[in-house]
Amino acid sequence: MSIAARNVSKKFKDFVALDDVCVEAPTGSLTALLGPSGGGKSTLLRVIAGLEQPDSGQVVISGEDKTGLPPQKRGVGFVFQHYAAFKHMTVFENVAFGLKIRKQPRGAINQKVYELLELVQLEGFAGRYPAQLSGGQRQRMALARALAIEPEVLLLDEPFGALDARVRQELRVWLRRLHEEMRVTTILVTHDQEEAMEVSDRIVVMNHGRVEQVGAPQELYEHPASEFVMGFIGPVNRLGQTFIRPHDIEIRLTPNGSTHEATVDHLIYLGFEVRAELTLKDGRNLWAQLRREEAKSLELESGKLVYVSVGHSRVFGRPAEEVHP
Amino acid sequence: MIYLSLIVLIPLAAVLWQSAKGGAGGFLQQVSNPEAIAALRLTLLASLVVVLINVVSGTLIAWVLVRDSFRGKGFVNALIDLPFALPTIVAGLTLLALYGPKSPLGLNIAYTKAAIIMALLFVTLPFVIRAVQPVLAELDHEMEEAAYSLGASPIASFRRVILPNLLPAILSGTALSFARSVGEFGSIVLITGNVPFKTEVASVYIYGQIQSDNVSGAAAVSVLLLVISLLILLAISGLNRWGTRHDR
Repeated sequence: MSIAARNVSKKFKDFVALDDVCVEAPTGSLTALLGPSGGGKSTLLRVIAGLEQPDSGQVVISGEDKTGLPPQKRGVGFVFQHYAAFKHMTVFENVAFGLKIRKQPRGAINQKVYELLELVQLEGFAGRYPAQLSGGQRQRMALARALAIEPEVLLLDEPFGALDARVRQELRVWLRRLHEEMRVTTILVTHDQEEAMEVSDRIVVMNHGRVEQVGAPQELYEHPASEFVMGFIGPVNRLGQTFIRPHDIEIRLTPNGSTHEATVDHLIYLGFEVRAELTLKDGRNLWAQLRREEAKSLELESGKLVYVSVGHSRVFGRPAEEVHP
Repeated sequence: MIYLSLIVLIPLAAVLWQSAKGGAGGFLQQVSNPEAIAALRLTLLASLVVVLINVVSGTLIAWVLVRDSFRGKGFVNALIDLPFALPTIVAGLTLLALYGPKSPLGLNIAYTKAAIIMALLFVTLPFVIRAVQPVLAELDHEMEEAAYSLGASPIASFRRVILPNLLPAILSGTALSFARSVGEFGSIVLITGNVPFKTEVASVYIYGQIQSDNVSGAAAVSVLLLVISLLILLAISGLNRWGTRHDR
């Protein structure tokens, strides 16, 4: 049930959507394709599903080359950002669609559909039309519909992109649990790094139609291979060629040999976290992330003179090494 | 409401009043006239045939205009509205020139029932197309892709996903083209020859009655035509409500 895209390239007129991309999703994994819009991640997902034909390269699902096959014959469950609900059918009919196409007996369809509706927590909604559901409910229905055909792999294209923040948060947790229960090999496309880190066990970072880096969420955060990955996964300060995470900046009230003088411009309170916007003596700006108690004990306020020291930073462009500014 | 009364309701009432002048007996006598019955029958049958053809061809043409791209598409698209813009008598003249006794195609269907169908098809061409076109263009393409990924062939996806979503538009286009067919006069009067019992449609019959000074006869048939049209429009709008039940 593994998925592999090998050397896939795809152009739309002059726009290179995918440039010799290789991506693997091992059996049972939940892999996120993460990147900015226009980075090629949705195109790759559609190529895997057979909704788009690559100019070159191969799509291999469970060890079988499926490159030339139409979407009907790929055994792939696809979930769209905007649900793609069949508006003229009830929730029941939507979920039953793939089974009816496969001419399954009515009793088996009924049983399967109600099982799935329970799984996605829509038991009482079988007779409703999609127009009568909330966005989150529609997307859960779409997921049940995709799961009904018992796909070898599940492909989710920005599945929570059209939902509001709170529902999105709930569905992420729910999806994570569902995946642990079902263990269907899944690829999720998202432009939200937090979503990718929260839901998936592997992240493929894509940009400009190429794979930038592949790894576990923590690995990418701690050892980004490029400037782009460091900037995309988590917040970052840039001082010339040097990149520093805001939580790696320490604020002190007294100088020691390696500190830099800075002024506090502004403090932003985000509950547990406090953001301090600073200006260095040479005029460069950066911001630091502290805990609430830290900010309190330092008695930080706008205009205050402080000394910053940088714990950990990265320089790209040269062979990656640890540097101190 | 006052405007609607002035423009629509009062004239209709006048026709009703005119037809009721001879009492119920007179009305029945007028509409049971064999020539009137033949004309009404012909009108309704021809309209039905035209509407059925329009449903298929109109949906097909709308499909091509929305989904395919070809050279001159804009021109073809503009051409569709021509029957709207053309005075119907000019349409009749055109058809007579093309399919009449002096047909350059050697195809003489003047004074036959086929000519009625031809004329009606011409004037009702835009209705189904213009009703279906915007709906088809707005139709979520991802619905089709979802159907494909669930195993539906293109034909199955058309039948189970696209068609049900087009149905309300097809029905309303059908209703309009039916209404137009039942009342059409200008394009038919020249090419059919108006032979009683053979090619005389209701509107032409009504015109004939007025010419021969039988106003109440004309009014009676008009009222019957009105009632039949109304019933059919109501039936179609009922179907339409059923077709869009999921939107409420």
